[in-house]
Amino acid sequence: MKKFLLSALVLIVFIIYVLHVNSGGEAGSTITANTPGIIVPSSAGSTTVTTVSTVYTGSYKNGTYTGSVADAFYGNVQVQVTISGGRISDVQFLQYPNDRRTSQMINSQAMPILKQEAIQAQSAQVSGVSGATATSGAFIQSLGNALQQAS
Amino acid sequence: MGMPVTIEVIGERQEVKVKKDIERVFEYFRSVDEKYSPFKETSEVAKLNRGEKVSREMTDILKLAEDLKISTNGYFNIKRPDGKIDPSGIVKGWAIRNAADILRRLGYKKFYVDAGGDAEIVGKNWKWGIRNPFNVKEIVKVLNLSNCGIVTSGTYERGQHIYDPVGGKSEINDIVSLTVIGPDVYNADCFATPAFAMGKVGIELIEATDGLEGYMIDKKGIATMTSGFDKYVAT
Repeated sequence: MKKFLLSALVLIVFIIYVLHVNSGGEAGSTITANTPGIIVPSSAGSTTVTTVSTVYTGSYKNGTYTGSVADAFYGNVQVQVTISGGRISDVQFLQYPNDRRTSQMINSQAMPILKQEAIQAQSAQVSGVSGATATSGAFIQSLGNALQQAS
Repeated sequence: MGMPVTIEVIGERQEVKVKKDIERVFEYFRSVDEKYSPFKETSEVAKLNRGEKVSREMTDILKLAEDLKISTNGYFNIKRPDGKIDPSGIVKGWAIRNAADILRRLGYKKFYVDAGGDAEIVGKNWKWGIRNPFNVKEIVKVLNLSNCGIVTSGTYERGQHIYDPVGGKSEINDIVSLTVIGPDVYNADCFATPAFAMGKVGIELIEATDGLEGYMIDKKGIATMTSGFDKYVAT
């Protein structure tokens, strides 16, 4: 259940991001007055509208694109993206599982300034270390190729 | 899939029993590697790429990948540029979580399962490091982790080249490491990979997502962290 809702949320953001970048615009640069909305369910069963603000002048065909129904064990997820005037005018969940996950918001204007620091070597003893491997790179490579096909 | 697996268990059982149980988990990883390594001729993935019949479990993984692919209009794609299928990106987080579940079902309450630097952490107050992308012998952050998953996407190990998905722009090369901490390793993995592919903007995806915190390092050695990341930092 969780993984499909998460996957669906990731995909929405990713679609928006990729279409945005492919338009030639800079990430997070301009804000439009016509903000498309993502409808995401909250735990109480009522819906929460989430706002995504971006502007792009992409060359994507106008129309409504509906993802397949992603069914696993806990319910269905289905996403619909509407493109008009070469940009996303609407993103909707058509179906969503009944889940405790709360809404997700990407909004450049509301993004807090994130803390930064210069990295410094640490000398503490630790049980494990998190670092990248070739596998994650291969997946990114595969993902990158998919993005190029989609653009 | 060629990555080192480390398991540590803190428990009150006899060492012999614990070693046996850990060995079951290693056996599980070996079977995953046998089945899903794209590099092994006898693996399910190799069979798939030769057009042969595959197991039910492989079919389930393919369905998961296909659902993701269709839902994202092709943005998630386990097919490599040469046309071969490589589900490693999905399999790793999934396998680590399954491995941890084996130990949970056996009754263990404090342990971790680490495969290639991505880990499912069970129990409280495990000290964990984030690797220095510029010197893999060093750590640059010390964390205190309890009941979570941690994944790092990066470009530095084995000097791999990261494919830029947007035809020539250099976003991906701007950052060298992105660490994501989430409720479990599979969920952290789901977000870490696309967030890393987004370049510097990726940390904003993690910031905007409930339940996830992130620590991103750029090519100049400047780290950017999400607003809730501090709670994981060991003082």
